[in-house]
Amino acid sequence: MSEQAAAVEIKGVSKVFKGGTTALTGIDVEIHPGEFVSLIGPSGCGKSTLLRIVGDLIAPSEGQVVVNGKSAHRARLDRDYGIVFQDAVLYDWRTVSKNIALPLEMGGWDRRRRGERVREMLQLVELEGFESHYPWQLSGGMQQRVSIARALSFSPALLLMDEPFGALDEMTRERMNAELLRIWEETRSTIVFVTHSIAEAVFLSTRVAVMSARPGRISTVIPIDLPQPRTALTREAPRFFELVTAVREALHLGAEVEPAA
Amino acid sequence: MSSVAVQPVPRGGMARMVGRRVTDWLPAAIVLVLGLVAWQGVVTVLHVQRFLLPKPTQIASTFWTDRHALWSAGWFTFQEALGGFVIGSGLAIVVALVLARWRPLGSALMPYAIAANAVPIIAFAPITNAWFSPLNKSSKMAIAAVLCFFPVLVNTLRGLTSVRPSSIELMRSYAAGELEIFRRVRIPTALPYIFTSLKVASVLAMIGAIVGEYFGGSIEALGVQIKNSASLFQFEVAWAAIVVACILGIAFYLAVALAERLAMRWQPAQGRE
Repeated sequence: MSEQAAAVEIKGVSKVFKGGTTALTGIDVEIHPGEFVSLIGPSGCGKSTLLRIVGDLIAPSEGQVVVNGKSAHRARLDRDYGIVFQDAVLYDWRTVSKNIALPLEMGGWDRRRRGERVREMLQLVELEGFESHYPWQLSGGMQQRVSIARALSFSPALLLMDEPFGALDEMTRERMNAELLRIWEETRSTIVFVTHSIAEAVFLSTRVAVMSARPGRISTVIPIDLPQPRTALTREAPRFFELVTAVREALHLGAEVEPAA
Repeated sequence: MSSVAVQPVPRGGMARMVGRRVTDWLPAAIVLVLGLVAWQGVVTVLHVQRFLLPKPTQIASTFWTDRHALWSAGWFTFQEALGGFVIGSGLAIVVALVLARWRPLGSALMPYAIAANAVPIIAFAPITNAWFSPLNKSSKMAIAAVLCFFPVLVNTLRGLTSVRPSSIELMRSYAAGELEIFRRVRIPTALPYIFTSLKVASVLAMIGAIVGEYFGGSIEALGVQIKNSASLFQFEVAWAAIVVACILGIAFYLAVALAERLAMRWQPAQGRE
């Protein structure tokens, strides 16, 4: 794995906002193709900011980000990644199909190919029969599945997810976690996933990057050696609990270091 | 998939929609009828002078006998209102697009736009009459256009700039440029705001045209007829002309509301909860 070119390379990134707040400092991470890396940390630790820097939606104050071997800026212009936000961010005036097809339209796909692709995506996120519904007619979980389908529709090698299940109830969230892993298996994409749920991070990831706040930095990276594919049983395995404990302790350690920083 | 409550796509038959409308409108219709009966009764019983308040039946009969003159005057004034509406609203939308695209320009100009909006525009009617000649439709269109301009400008600008940041981030993640963001996100987001202001503007345009006519205008114009018949103590004619103005104003408003419904078919039916 280490022989391959990195999918995302974050080198010495820091971010100081206009007011002088240091959101991030000295971030170095390398993410390999096919990995599922979670960024976890207390609110205000800059994990969403880091994700946006990777997506070239925010510019870093220092350091650089390489995505698929090119600058983050170039990668954005080349539409190298798909993004999913905490809210589904669906356009109210577009049907489910048309929301999913949005990146395809913008990428200049013709109507026939778009139609085929949208059908595949609807199948992937199990929303067949809802193609002509409008967003307001869907539940929160269904909206988020549309948003995932939209992000995956143009087969980006990299998927950036900013607390995508944060607004969902626990039951829906666990189901969405399982679906996401299934989709990840099928598409073999690289995923960078921001969350503040320890269990979610451990269940989903191949590695968990634990962040601490003020200034935001990565305090520990914990490899998650749970066997694939992960199922409902994974959540009951002793190893799962050990890893949850390890992440929790790393988070607390980060919090204790905070006053000294 | 566990059962998730999903509302059906609102695509009721036309007949059912009309049926629902009838029950919706019934209370208002009853109030109208009762109001007219009360009006007639009060005027008859208290012997109210004709120039103070004519009976509804008198107004109705004038409305019928003078119908050709009234409707032709109404049509004349409506053209002025429509022209002013199109010019004023169209210009306002264009200006709003420019101000939303170049924000610093917006912050430099909006305070003056808002201040200018506080000026009683109607007071300019004699001036536009002087500019365009009172007999010309343009002078009334100018008043109507100015009245329409500000509400449409302010609302359109608010709509164009009230897009959620994540909606913009999504577009940027697809490498979209400013023009594409306007076309695909900002303008559709602004549509409800634009139509709300257009409905206001449609009413203002009628008011602007009629009031403009009070300061002088062609004898064919509704406002001129209202003013003249009132000064000749033909109050039934004045009232009938006001009814014509009301009907045209309401029709104008409903036409804009219909356009809104057609342009925003994605929205849930505005039925009661």
